[in-house]
Amino acid sequence: MRKRCPVSDSHATATGAEAAVHHQHPPYQRHHFETYAQQNDATNFAMWLFLLTEVMFFGGLFTAYMLYRNWYYPAFVAGSHQLSIPLGFGNTLLLILSSFTMAMGVWSAEMKKKGLLVFFLICTFILGSGFLGIKSIEYKEKIEKHHVPGFHYSLQSFLNPDSDEAAKAAGDKPMAPDMARHTEVYFSLYFAMTGMHALHMIIGIGILGFMIFRAQAGAYTTGHVTFVENFGLYWHFVDIVWIFLFPLLYLISRH
Amino acid sequence: MSNALATLPDKATARVPKVNYLTKENGILSWLLTGDHKRIAILYLISITFFFFIGGSLAGLIRLQLLTPNGGLLATDTYNKVFTMHGVIMIFFFLVPSVPATLGNFFIPMMIGAKDLALPKINLLSWYLYMAAGMLALYTMMTGGVDTGWTFTTPLSTHYVNTNVLTTGLAVFIAGFSSIFTGLNFIVTIHKMRAPGMTWFKLPLFVWAHYAASILMVLGTPVLAIAIVLVALERTIGIGVFDPTKGGDPLLFQHLFWFYSHPAVYIMILPGMGVISEVISTFSRKRVFGYTAVAFSSVAIAVFGFFVWAHHMFIMGISNYAVIVFSLLTMLVAVPSAIKIFNWTFTLYKGSITFETPMLYAFGFMGLFTIGGMTGVFLGTSGTDIHLTETYFIVAHFHFVMVGGMLMAFLSGIHFWWPKMTGRMYPEKMSQFAAVVTFIGFNFTFFPQFILGTLGMPRRYASYPPEFQILNVFSTAGATILGVGYLLPVLYLVWSLKYGAVAGDNPWHATGLEWQVQSPPLTENFPELPIMDHDVYDYEWLEAKEQAALNAKEVPSVG
Repeated sequence: MRKRCPVSDSHATATGAEAAVHHQHPPYQRHHFETYAQQNDATNFAMWLFLLTEVMFFGGLFTAYMLYRNWYYPAFVAGSHQLSIPLGFGNTLLLILSSFTMAMGVWSAEMKKKGLLVFFLICTFILGSGFLGIKSIEYKEKIEKHHVPGFHYSLQSFLNPDSDEAAKAAGDKPMAPDMARHTEVYFSLYFAMTGMHALHMIIGIGILGFMIFRAQAGAYTTGHVTFVENFGLYWHFVDIVWIFLFPLLYLISRH
Repeated sequence: MSNALATLPDKATARVPKVNYLTKENGILSWLLTGDHKRIAILYLISITFFFFIGGSLAGLIRLQLLTPNGGLLATDTYNKVFTMHGVIMIFFFLVPSVPATLGNFFIPMMIGAKDLALPKINLLSWYLYMAAGMLALYTMMTGGVDTGWTFTTPLSTHYVNTNVLTTGLAVFIAGFSSIFTGLNFIVTIHKMRAPGMTWFKLPLFVWAHYAASILMVLGTPVLAIAIVLVALERTIGIGVFDPTKGGDPLLFQHLFWFYSHPAVYIMILPGMGVISEVISTFSRKRVFGYTAVAFSSVAIAVFGFFVWAHHMFIMGISNYAVIVFSLLTMLVAVPSAIKIFNWTFTLYKGSITFETPMLYAFGFMGLFTIGGMTGVFLGTSGTDIHLTETYFIVAHFHFVMVGGMLMAFLSGIHFWWPKMTGRMYPEKMSQFAAVVTFIGFNFTFFPQFILGTLGMPRRYASYPPEFQILNVFSTAGATILGVGYLLPVLYLVWSLKYGAVAGDNPWHATGLEWQVQSPPLTENFPELPIMDHDVYDYEWLEAKEQAALNAKEVPSVG
């Protein structure tokens, strides 16, 4: 350690030195970082760590999915027949597209193109909202068919598949009641997993709205893009979760 | 104890600097909106102490109820609520944040030579989340409480109780976020904010221990969060992930819950072990024996800690093969803990030991933690576990580790760093007395519970057969002494804020960077960027530095 100046004078020197240093720093550099690169590194690293906690959060759900799929395979197959592949596929497209517009948004912020940034953020906002819109159509259908777990849950589609269009189209055979009631576990996981995902989308869209206003004021096109960059990471992460949910819930084992 | 450090307090620098982090700004808002890690640590210290005494009063109620075989103080369902809230408050609002959020928050940046934690706003947010969660927990307690035990066991919590499971769950969920943010902040800070020359193997062991604990916070807490979300969804809309009538498996809840809650005990104990490393080294005037082994044993505890959770489930109907595997893994985690204890002991060997208060608490920690750890091996052995689990043996075991271990370490750390945090000394004789009272009270409280457990007294019951009374009376009497032991520090520490002797920069002659600056420190910690040009725990460097300072002072008086 360097030799310390006597403490009584140290404040004067410290503030003097601070003042000098602050003048050389860009205005967006926080006081406790030595360099801007250090600040950028630290905040990016923090975001990655946060995404790691998100992986663990969804990991609990994926564990449950793995376990019950293994136990109640026929119920999971019959359950997945109740989901609409076109809607799920459409949603996947919307999200992948929104990831692209978000990445373009980060690029525009880095290039200090304010108009482009606002445009791409609005695109992302619309695509994300579109995803939620389609999701709500899917949820509505589940509610109407009494496929939401709980007191109103109905086994009709699985005990008597001929009474149900989707089950009939997939060629489902009537299930034994013991297995049929496990479809409720499938739908429990469906709602828990897509619900948690949708919650992350809603939070993301909320932040996007805030960012659009700030971007219009020119907040992100000053050379300091950490916030846009980190939000981009979050948005891509939420997309990737869906990239796993779509095949697991909709696609695999569909015959 | 007359041979205590000669210059206690540090006469050379015994003055309170006019400018420091406490005086820089005034007014309540300058505290509530602060980004300064030291001020946030103080906010945490006050709130954690508050929750500790709430949890402690609940413990007092439990001990009063158990004074006589048929209790009579509390109705049985009230008793269930009292021990549940005792667990929830002590674990989530005291033990998990105790050392990291106060001492860790205050000293990690100073130890590594940084001006602040990497994310000051996130740090403040974590305190607000903690307070919101704490208030919610208190609200829950006042509006009827919850009686599932702190473990929220399904299907009891999802189907069979009518108490406030949801609000308590929400409180724990929010407190979890506060803990995640603290851990995340520490990891980023330790990676990215070290001063020039501060390599990984020059980090004080306190920092290593917090790094390991932070990994557990970041990876473990989200799993608890999802478990609580699923319980809440099951309780409200009736999804069936844990519901056996629908094909769900309550054991899955146990797996998810203990996947966090076992590592959580390492979240609680690791920072305490960090405190002990600092204190033992300082008061033996020796570099910690086997520095690298102690550093890596922290990480080893964190890693092994993730693979032992199912030892909480030996009697819950998991497969016998799983029991064998988890039993072996549980024994394995005892190894790094033992490495620490042995290395501290070797640090003492041929050291120049003095018996200041922090050291007394540290000795208490070493003894009690060893007993707590060894009895953990009894419980990790599947055969003995079947006899001992769900009895007072297990209650005594984790109170030896958590209260005897962690709380001793917390008090040791508070006494060790108090002069640095406030610039004042506390009355030494009084604090030594409190340390001894705590140690005696603790043993009287919890040692009889080991015996009660082996005799078969089950935990969580409001009454017991009359033949257990004598040991329960012992335990309650001990708890009274323990209570006095905890109240004393509050009184004399508050007293010392105004009337304590001025401490000076380095009253203990410790080597950490935090001791080389003024007490209380400046807002940005260091007048100029420190450079770590010596080794960690380098007492020869410190001696040379102090000698040089003395010589520099003497020159003008001669001339």
